[in-house]
Amino acid sequence: MRLYMHYLAIQFKSQMQYRTSFWLLTVGQFFIPFSVFAGLYFMFERFGQVQGWSFYEVALCFAVIHLAFSFSECFSRGFDAFSTLVGSGDFDRLLVRPRTTALQVLGSKFEFTRFGRLLQSCLVLAVALIHLPVAWTAAKAVTMLLMVTSGVMIFTGIFMLAATLCFWTIEGLEIANIFTDGGREMAQYPLNIYQKWVTVFFTFIIPFGCVNYLPMLYILGRADGNGILYMLTPLAGFAFMLPCVLVWQFGVRHYRSTGS
Amino acid sequence: MNAYLSVWRLRFINGMQYRAAAYAGMATQLFFGLVFIMIFVAFYQHSTQEQPISLKDVISYTWLQQIFLAFIMLWFRDNEIFQLITGGNIAYELCRPCGIYEFWFSKLLAQRVSSAALRCFPILIVAFLLPRPYRLQLPPSLTAGLLFVVSLLLGLLVVVSISMLIYISVFWTMSPVGSTLLIAVAGEFFAGLVIPVPLMPAWLQQIANALPFRWTADFPFRVYSGQIPQAEALWGILIQLLWLAALVGFGRWSLHRALRQVVVQGG
Repeated sequence: MRLYMHYLAIQFKSQMQYRTSFWLLTVGQFFIPFSVFAGLYFMFERFGQVQGWSFYEVALCFAVIHLAFSFSECFSRGFDAFSTLVGSGDFDRLLVRPRTTALQVLGSKFEFTRFGRLLQSCLVLAVALIHLPVAWTAAKAVTMLLMVTSGVMIFTGIFMLAATLCFWTIEGLEIANIFTDGGREMAQYPLNIYQKWVTVFFTFIIPFGCVNYLPMLYILGRADGNGILYMLTPLAGFAFMLPCVLVWQFGVRHYRSTGS
Repeated sequence: MNAYLSVWRLRFINGMQYRAAAYAGMATQLFFGLVFIMIFVAFYQHSTQEQPISLKDVISYTWLQQIFLAFIMLWFRDNEIFQLITGGNIAYELCRPCGIYEFWFSKLLAQRVSSAALRCFPILIVAFLLPRPYRLQLPPSLTAGLLFVVSLLLGLLVVVSISMLIYISVFWTMSPVGSTLLIAVAGEFFAGLVIPVPLMPAWLQQIANALPFRWTADFPFRVYSGQIPQAEALWGILIQLLWLAALVGFGRWSLHRALRQVVVQGG
């Protein structure tokens, strides 16, 4: 953990060397989801509601998934950019160091400009929370926290899976974007507005539904049946991480260097 | 003219090499198209009042947007030109016996066409074969289809001339990120890539109408579904031509100014 913090500090310093570019990118990152959110707002202005969900409820959904996404883009960028590491043969260097590979890859890159995105999601979250008539309890606050962490876990897991594929393909594969970018776009709305097969896939295979839709039912008091069950659904995100780590370790063992 | 054509051809062949990337892109675009359509279906399902654009037209709009993404995306990164400018290799470009504006223009154009050529047909076929609410409908008449092709191609030229302006701006800013990102985000919003222009509130539509971005994507897609009637479409094509002339004129003028005071970076 100390090592990780050290990686963080070094990367932060190095990125701050290009100050103007850093701030411009951060501002740009603020506006990318902003335009998407503006689109969402205008849709609601015209239609009023979507399948019984109000604007602020969907805004909460949007905020949670974007928070999770920006956190994971900021901190798991190393896995996302992993193909360059394998392609150049630099991964060999990580293997000879006396630390776990996952930690080192995580530490190899941070994208601090994603704070712009993070800030935007926080604003949306604040707006949604102010306008939603939720009776807050400690349990609900914990659920909120779990939701975001679980989202980070899932996105990081997908990044890891995509990175593992690089061991065989050497090149980075865009296909993972379906699940990261696509998952993000999709989970902006409550999962039940989609077709059945989408709902099933994104609840049981890649549990995005457990990040915001199911626990949100509990927070909004819409869940029927046992509240605890809904509250604990974000744990599925942690469960998703487990096979990802195993696959990663399997991949590392089958790694053949490209040379340099 | 011949020189530009061969630059175009070289780039086109070059772009055709990246097949695996194209397949991955195709899968992503299909998925995105399906998700967006599901969202629109959900919105339309319980809407009681008449909407300015029908669900059927929105679905064609969404599919066309995904199919011709390479034509309409403002941000189609060609780092080569950026590096030329910031790295100082612009000096070589200046030695070439051809106009730099036309040279880059054909380069950028070829890149987009090759990328679209690889991707559009498979998605097109799938989109035509999908079950009912998701299927892409044929245009209502042959003339609408022809007008669509003309306006789409003109829109492509407008997009390239806008992105030329972005590249030229690097002569002054020297840092391609940031500012260009902001232009791209705003431009894509006003081109109707986030939500279709007819679904925007009236005041926003007025802004969109005053900007060139709308003519690159929103206009051809609505011509396709006949949502913009044919007589109006002809006027629209005229406006596209005017924008194109203005953007190319301005681009050439500012490139000329930029080159007069160009500083060759590095050694």
